[in-house]
Amino acid sequence: MRILQNVNFPFVQSRRITYVIAALALIASVVGIFVCGLNWSTDFTGGVSAVINMKPKDPGVKPLNIDQLRDVIREGGFKESEIQFIGNPADATFQIKVEGSDAEQIKEKILELVRDNLDDYVKGRNLQSDVLREVNTVGAKAGAEMRTNVITAVLIALLLMIIYIWIRFEFTFGLMAIVALFFNVVLVVGVFAWTGKEITMQIIAALLTIVGYAINDTIVVFDRIREDLRLYRKDPIESIFNRAINSTLSRTVITGGSTLLTAFALYFFGGAVIHDFALAIILGIVIGTLSSIFIASNLVLDTIKSTRLEQKSLKHLSKK
Amino acid sequence: MRKYSWLTPVAVLIFVLVTLVFLSPLVIPKGVSWPIKQKLNLGLDLKGGTQIVLAVQTDKLPMANRADAVKNNIEIIRNRIDQFGIAEPTIQKIGESDILVQLPGVKDPAAAENLVKQSAILEFKLVANPEESERFLAQLDQIIQANLSRFPTLAKMDAEMKSLDKEESSVEDSLKTSSGIFRSLIVTSERDYAVRNDDVEVFRALLQDTTFVNLKPKGYDLALESFDETKRRNEEPKIVYVLKSAVEVQGSDIDGASMEIGSTSSSNPQMAGKPYIALTFTRTGARKFANVTGDNIHERLAIVVDNAVYSAPVIQDRIPDGKATITGIFSNEEARSLAILLNNESLTAPIVLKNANQVSATLGTDSIKSGLIAGLVGLLAVMIFMVFFYNLSGLVTDFILIFNVGFILAAMTIFGGTLTMPGIAGIILSIGMSVDANVLIFERIREEMDAGKSPRSAADSGFKRASVTIWDSNITTVIAAFVLYQFGTGPVRGFALTLTIGIVGSIFCALVFLRYLMDKLLLSGNRQTLSI
Repeated sequence: MRILQNVNFPFVQSRRITYVIAALALIASVVGIFVCGLNWSTDFTGGVSAVINMKPKDPGVKPLNIDQLRDVIREGGFKESEIQFIGNPADATFQIKVEGSDAEQIKEKILELVRDNLDDYVKGRNLQSDVLREVNTVGAKAGAEMRTNVITAVLIALLLMIIYIWIRFEFTFGLMAIVALFFNVVLVVGVFAWTGKEITMQIIAALLTIVGYAINDTIVVFDRIREDLRLYRKDPIESIFNRAINSTLSRTVITGGSTLLTAFALYFFGGAVIHDFALAIILGIVIGTLSSIFIASNLVLDTIKSTRLEQKSLKHLSKK
Repeated sequence: MRKYSWLTPVAVLIFVLVTLVFLSPLVIPKGVSWPIKQKLNLGLDLKGGTQIVLAVQTDKLPMANRADAVKNNIEIIRNRIDQFGIAEPTIQKIGESDILVQLPGVKDPAAAENLVKQSAILEFKLVANPEESERFLAQLDQIIQANLSRFPTLAKMDAEMKSLDKEESSVEDSLKTSSGIFRSLIVTSERDYAVRNDDVEVFRALLQDTTFVNLKPKGYDLALESFDETKRRNEEPKIVYVLKSAVEVQGSDIDGASMEIGSTSSSNPQMAGKPYIALTFTRTGARKFANVTGDNIHERLAIVVDNAVYSAPVIQDRIPDGKATITGIFSNEEARSLAILLNNESLTAPIVLKNANQVSATLGTDSIKSGLIAGLVGLLAVMIFMVFFYNLSGLVTDFILIFNVGFILAAMTIFGGTLTMPGIAGIILSIGMSVDANVLIFERIREEMDAGKSPRSAADSGFKRASVTIWDSNITTVIAAFVLYQFGTGPVRGFALTLTIGIVGSIFCALVFLRYLMDKLLLSGNRQTLSI
């Protein structure tokens, strides 16, 4: 099957409209991030940890299944709970970590849920002194220092990417590739801000994946521009850029399609745990694909023209 | 014929073999003997691991510094665990001043606990000369004899000894009067003092006893040699050093520490074929070290870590270059963890173990199952997609894709990575992304064929042109992944590792494996058509 063969969409000519749409989306995202704020998960904020023992007094009751307890706690309002056996599973001691900060109130709520839903296991036992073994606030898994660490790492990575693209192409290309990346990430984060979805460690991983994917997409187009600049020296620069975007279009769409397939598989079949992760990836692929078609190379074009570096940088580039 | 045409099949063969060999432990049943023992680690979310709760002893610190001490300790522990190579741990503060550490797939909880707990205080101290040592020990002995009631264990030993002595001749008794019970713990050999193997525990407890520390004459300290705790069958007496209390050079004077293995032909028996640690001092550290070595030629300088003497070489000459080594280490593991400990700052406040437990997976079996189902559905969908777009060429891609996924898992096994749920999701995504290289090549070949080229030459120039793009786009991503691995912590490192492996795998699969199979299967002979 072949698609998008010999097409010639006016991507470059219609760039003013694209810019307006992109700017609106960007403003909407930034407003969302500042107005709604980001809903950081317990990975970043910490929560409450309770240790409970669920060994029934009556030996006839069969041992509590951990998944059953997970359902009770999750449906009881702690969407982000994390539950583990601690020690020997035969002792039926569970460590429950949930979101929130008021240890006393959360403790009561958990005990209430256990009493109402799993009565067999706590019947005839003192909830406060026997069932409940420990309750504590827990700190963030990713503390402040770790966050600064990651941010520094990302900034260094972006800088080196600019330098690499600068060496292989030209400075404007490197800069605009990174601008497009920021655009992608801000838009995805904006959707998470507006919908109030939680930013977990997994979502951070998803954002990094999006960055990797989008830079790939953008470079493929840049690469074609570089090649075409050598082939069609006489053509006006606009038509060279437009031809390059069009001739890589089938690849852009097919790769985007195949990656989207896997992301949708995660979204529909992956279960609740990776639902939001998959959503972030889907958004990232769509936005990344669009920005590599409509934004990155157009920005390069306009920068080169407005800084009157046109001749110089193009000559420089066609030699590479 | 291209040059090195034999190289391609060999590379493909190695790739396939490495993948199969390192995945084999996953299918070999337990009990069957098989040379490859490494198995892919599963993360806390999939399989659980070991949980350690540590209490930070902040009571000696001023109120204002306590919270910071806990925070600093968490960071230090995180760095140590990262460097030790245990991927994806969970480390968080629990309660006021405890630290909860969960480690996935830890085979040796004791080693992990040690690494987390040790403070690794490094000190260089001069060894007292024989006269000073003798005088110090005699003084100490007298003091202890006078205060024997304050040392119950020693008093008990003393009583036993006396009752034994009474049965023996009185000649020996007269000899014994000159020295007390403490002195009798220490045996004198040619050059060093030592403690009998059986008395080590008593002696060590004594060194930590606060009464002992307070009564001890100032200016000197006692320290045992370091020895392998796990091999205590060794009956030899353990050397005791009398050290001058002044710390000549300390941990903060160290710029870097790295583990080295001595060459087997080394003339120094402490180094030959054994692990040691190479230290580089900071500028002030180097100056201090040069001064102390210059001023004390022919004296002995002890290298002490956490109050255990690793070695006490005689100073031969002034050492001006700011370098030193720690020898007398028993195993590579010990050397490695010691180097890690020395490279990081010491714990801000001491830590004690509260409890250690096994913990189960944080995710339910159903979540794990649905993750795997999603993986299979995604893989199948991409495979059908590729055949739909590229016919037989797509089928070849599908075949390679299976090896590509296998390679990611195999490489993660080799590098000791940990597979977590987000990791599985990442691999599934990389399936989608790794076809990108193939798409680039196929689209290029189609364009070349459109331009009227024969399948063979279209394939040649298609691969050649697409490979420029493939290298450029992937190198950019690898640069980012490399930086994230170097500077990131915890889960970010794991992510970077998976990403890098995925990229390396897909580049190889597209430019070597695919090329080879297309040459052999679709372009053999003088075919005029290409199913693409």
